[in-house]
Amino acid sequence: MPIYSKEIIKHFKEPKNVGKIKKPDGKGEAGNILCGDIMRLYLKIGENKKGEKIIEDVKFETLGCIVAIANTSLLTTLVKGKTINEALKIKKEDLVKRLGQPLPIFKIHCSVLAVDALKEAIYDYYSKNKIEIPENLEKEHQRIIRIKEELEKRYKGFQAFEKEILE
Amino acid sequence: MKKKIYLDYAATTPVDPRVVKAMLPYFSKKFGNTMSLHSFGQEAKEVLEESRETIANFIGAKPNEIIFTGSATESNNLTLKGIALANKDRGNHIIISSIEHPCIMESAEWLESQGFEITRLKVDKYGLVDPEDVKKAIKENTILVSIMHANNEIGTIEPIEEISKIIKSQISNLKSQIYFHTDAAQSFGKIPIDVNKMNVDLLTASSHKMYGPKGAAILYIREGTKISPLLHGGGHEAGLRSSTVNVAAIVGFAEAVKICQKEMKKEAQREIKLRDKLIKGVLEKIPGSYLNGHPKKRLPNNVNFSFPGVEGESLVIQLDLLGIAASTGSACSSEKLEPSHVLLAIGLRPEQAHGSLRLSLGRWTTEKEVNYVLKVLPKVVEKLRKISPFKTRS
Repeated sequence: MPIYSKEIIKHFKEPKNVGKIKKPDGKGEAGNILCGDIMRLYLKIGENKKGEKIIEDVKFETLGCIVAIANTSLLTTLVKGKTINEALKIKKEDLVKRLGQPLPIFKIHCSVLAVDALKEAIYDYYSKNKIEIPENLEKEHQRIIRIKEELEKRYKGFQAFEKEILE
Repeated sequence: MKKKIYLDYAATTPVDPRVVKAMLPYFSKKFGNTMSLHSFGQEAKEVLEESRETIANFIGAKPNEIIFTGSATESNNLTLKGIALANKDRGNHIIISSIEHPCIMESAEWLESQGFEITRLKVDKYGLVDPEDVKKAIKENTILVSIMHANNEIGTIEPIEEISKIIKSQISNLKSQIYFHTDAAQSFGKIPIDVNKMNVDLLTASSHKMYGPKGAAILYIREGTKISPLLHGGGHEAGLRSSTVNVAAIVGFAEAVKICQKEMKKEAQREIKLRDKLIKGVLEKIPGSYLNGHPKKRLPNNVNFSFPGVEGESLVIQLDLLGIAASTGSACSSEKLEPSHVLLAIGLRPEQAHGSLRLSLGRWTTEKEVNYVLKVLPKVVEKLRKISPFKTRS
């Protein structure tokens, strides 16, 4: 059996929604340069007929392994056109399931990152627009921030370094 | 699908068809146990000793100084643990480099947990050990120094002769015995090895890295060296490695050595040409790329690059989809998520190590294949950089 499923290879070979959105309504980042995976997600938010906020467009950039790239690509296809509330319901397990094969435990890390980047982008959109942030999302945001702070403690200066080499 | 290009000879090599032919009689026809007294056993014992002699001759050793083992990992474990246990009444200090193969690194770590003292020598930006550092590290309780002959990831060839000179001079100062071991798993069969010229007491070499079968390796042990076995039992290999002897694999190993004896020099020249063409081409064609390891003091078949803005595993899989088999020091394929200790030891930052690619050439690598890699690799790196938020993308 090959290491990676057809679905993973498909997204890896031709990732969907790659790139940036100019002046995004929300921008999120997860992962870090030290573990070798870093991803960014850009959102354009609109409204549907019912007046609910929806993700009108989404783009991503990933420096990372095949699973990280496939995951982010898959995630963008899942959330495009969905309401924010629907998008927030997507879990890493959903991505793992859709990619079609059980990943080794150490690879789960790469699928957490895609979901984290999405949450961060929605958090960014909420705070920019002074929309009340749900308790769960706030918790998740604090967790992601904490990981970054711990890394900064362990590898001093890595945040400045990331800024230096990334766009 | 078009023909696949194998550029991972440092991981393992295909068995040379001449080797396979030499091995075949030893599976079903000449299958005897070397310990049996009857003619089947005698036949096996005879070819075992012939093989030992062939390999001993190849490295300037005496046949009784060669012990057959199952793998380079086993030979290296036997060296560290066997020397440590047999000499612990004299001292408990062992010196290794910080870029040894994991089987040395982790054996040393285990010995440390058992009360031995380990010094891990730093290397320079090319991965070279400074012989002066060995001198400084040697103490009265030092019993063993183990420095690899050539590095498996970056191909750097260590100054073994100079290191051994320094060790021998320290031995006469301290009036105690310090054994010197080198892991030659990557260099054996690729560059000349002479245990007397290198003045080593122990040397590890493996069959499957030089067109022999897997499951056979040697440990050269200079006469008079005090070492304990790890495997006790039937007393095979002069009591140092009890286990029924894998005759077919050893016959194959010896045949692979015979072929190298004849072809090594010419083959190395051929591979150096291809290697340097690959290095030059990649550095010219891929912006921001650089070579890891020493430009000259490196194995004829090893190339190792870093491509900032790209993650190594993605690179390897993308190349595999295009029919090229390569390897990386990135960590996403390992459970640790930490990149290669070798690349970190030569001073690479984690993200540079994550963007590394090793291409290792071999007996069947052609210029046409190198040209194909030079055509495809720049495009692959560019594609991955386009997906990534990396700054210098074009």
